Amino acid sequence: MALTTASRPALTAAAPTPPPKRGRRKNYASRRQEGLAGYVFLSPWLIGLMAITAFPMLFSLYLSFTNYDILSSWEFVEWVGFDNYKKIFTGDPIFWKSVRVTLTYGLIAIPLKLAASLGVALLLNRERRGVGLFRSMFYLPSLLGGSVALALVWVAMFNGEGSFNAFLGLFGIEGKPWINDPDWALETLMVLTIWQFGAPMVIFLAGLKQVPSELYEAASVDGASKVRQFFHITLPMLSPVIFFNLVLETINGFQGFTSAFVISNGTGGPVYSTKLYTLHIYDKAFTDFQMGYSSALAWIFLAAIGLITVVFFSTGKFWVHYSDGEN
Amino acid sequence: MARVRGWLRVLALLGVLAVVLYPLVWVLGSSLKSPTEITSNLSVWPEELTWSNYSDGWNYIPGLSFTTFITNSLVISLATVVANALSCLVTAYAFARLKFRGRGFYFALMIATLLLPGHVLIVPQYVLFNEFGWIDTPLPLILPKLLATEAFFIFLMVQFMRGIPRELDDAAKIDGSGPYRTFWHVILPLSRPALITTAIFSFIWTWNDFFTQLVYLPSVESYTVPVALRLFIDSSGQTSIGPMLAMSVVSLLPVFLFFLGFQRFLVQGINTSGLKG
Repeated sequence: MALTTASRPALTAAAPTPPPKRGRRKNYASRRQEGLAGYVFLSPWLIGLMAITAFPMLFSLYLSFTNYDILSSWEFVEWVGFDNYKKIFTGDPIFWKSVRVTLTYGLIAIPLKLAASLGVALLLNRERRGVGLFRSMFYLPSLLGGSVALALVWVAMFNGEGSFNAFLGLFGIEGKPWINDPDWALETLMVLTIWQFGAPMVIFLAGLKQVPSELYEAASVDGASKVRQFFHITLPMLSPVIFFNLVLETINGFQGFTSAFVISNGTGGPVYSTKLYTLHIYDKAFTDFQMGYSSALAWIFLAAIGLITVVFFSTGKFWVHYSDGEN
Repeated sequence: MARVRGWLRVLALLGVLAVVLYPLVWVLGSSLKSPTEITSNLSVWPEELTWSNYSDGWNYIPGLSFTTFITNSLVISLATVVANALSCLVTAYAFARLKFRGRGFYFALMIATLLLPGHVLIVPQYVLFNEFGWIDTPLPLILPKLLATEAFFIFLMVQFMRGIPRELDDAAKIDGSGPYRTFWHVILPLSRPALITTAIFSFIWTWNDFFTQLVYLPSVESYTVPVALRLFIDSSGQTSIGPMLAMSVVSLLPVFLFFLGFQRFLVQGINTSGLKG
C-alpha cells in the first residue's frame, strides 16, 4: 500500500520507448557501476550498522560476563564468567518481580488494546460520513500518549484528589489513590496504554477495506447471521493484519518505559508494582552503575523477545490465512 | 431496524471519542485553573482563567526557564529530522533500486534491527560515547541518525519507492543517466511525500523521546522539555500541579499542531508500513 504517485501521470508517459540495443561490454560496465553505486549509497547505513549496532551488541555481550562499572578504570574490569547471570536468576528478587510485572502488563494490556482497536475499527468501517475525522481523532492519543506530559496528566487525574475520583464521587463511589496504590498502579498504567489504541486501529481499518464485499453478500444470500459472518469471513480475512498488529504491539509493549518511569518517579513503585523490566535494566546501569550486570539483564531481555517472536511466527501458520493461497 | 442500528453505532463512536479526547481537554482546562479549582471543579472549563500557572511553570526551575529546554529540544529534534531524512533516503534508494552483491542479506539485517529493542544497546553505546566525552552534548542523540540507524524510516521509504514506476529509471538510463543522476533527478523529487512523512514522525518522536535524552543529558542546563517536565513530579504537592499541567500543555502543543497540519501524511504513513504508536 504505497503512497500514491498518480498525481504525476505526465512522467509515466515516457515509459513505452523500447530500450535501444547495447553492446555487451557497455551493459557489463553499467552493471558494475550500479553495484558500486549500491555500496556508495549504502555506506552510511553500513557504517552505522557496524559502529552503532553490531559492535555495541558484541561489546554488551562481553560486558555481561564482567563486573564492569563505569566509575572505575578499565584495568579493574574482571571477567566473572556466568556470575551475573547466576545472580540474576538466583539472587535478585527484583528481577523476578519485574518479570512478573512485565508479563502481567503485557498479557492484559496488549490483548485489550488490540481488542479495543479492532472493535472501534469495525464500528468505523461501516460508517460513511466523518470516517476521516474520527480516524484522525482516535489516532491522536497514539502520537501523544507515550510522552512525559501524558504520564503527568495521568498522575494528576488518577491520584487521590484527582478528577477521576471526583467523577466517581458523582455516583457515590469512593475512589482510591489509584497510582499510589500497589494493587492499582499497574492497572492505571494499562489504561494509559489501552487509551493509545489508535495506531493499530488505523491498520485494522486499512485491512478491513481489503475484504471483498462479495463475500458478505454471498453469505447474506445464504442466510448467515452477522455474528457468523464476523467469525467466518472477517476474522480469517483479517488474520494477517491481526498477526502483524500482535507482533508489533507485543514488541513495543514489552519495551514500554517512559510512562512507568515518570508515574513512579523512577522507582517502579509503589512497592515495585510498576517495575517494568526496562526500569530494572535502567536502574542497574544508571543508578547503581553496574554496567556488566545490566548488560546481562539486557541479553536475557533480548533472548525473551526473540523467543516470543519465534513462537508467534511458528504458531502463526495455524491461524493466519493468506488469501493468495501461499502459506 | 437498520436505522436504529446506524444511530447506535454513531452514538458508540461519539462515546469512544469522548473518552479519547477527555484527558486532552481536561489538561488544557486544568492548566488554566487555580490549585483549589483543579480538584474541586469537575467541569473541564475553569470558572476563572488563571494564567499564572504558565508563568510559574515557565520559571519553575530556579535559574533556568523553559526557554532553555525548548531550545535544547528544538535543536535535537530539527537536527534529527534532517539527519534521518538524508541518511534514510540514500539507504532506501540502494535497497529499492540498485542491484548489488548481498542486497537481500543486508535488507534482512535491516529488518532485524527494526525489531531490536533499544534497551539492549543503551549500555554499550553509553560506555562508548562516554569514552568519546560526548555525554551531556547532543552528539549521541544526533550522530547515530546520520548513519541511518532509524530502520523504520528506511523501510517506509523502500516501500514508497517501490511504488514509483521503474520505467522512469529506465527512461533516465536511456538518456544516459547513471545511478547518481537518476537518484538526484528522478527519485529525490518523486520521494517528497515519503520525505515529509519521515520528517514529521522524526520530529514528533524526537520531541516526545524521553529515554535516550534522560540517559545522555545529565545536567540541568542541557535538559530537553520531557526531561525537565519530570522535575515537577519531585514535589507533586497541590501547589505545583497547575504549573506542571501548564508546561505539559506547552510540550504537547507542537505535536498537536503537526497533527492538525499533516494528519493525512501521518495516517498514510502508518498504512504504508504499519508502525509503532
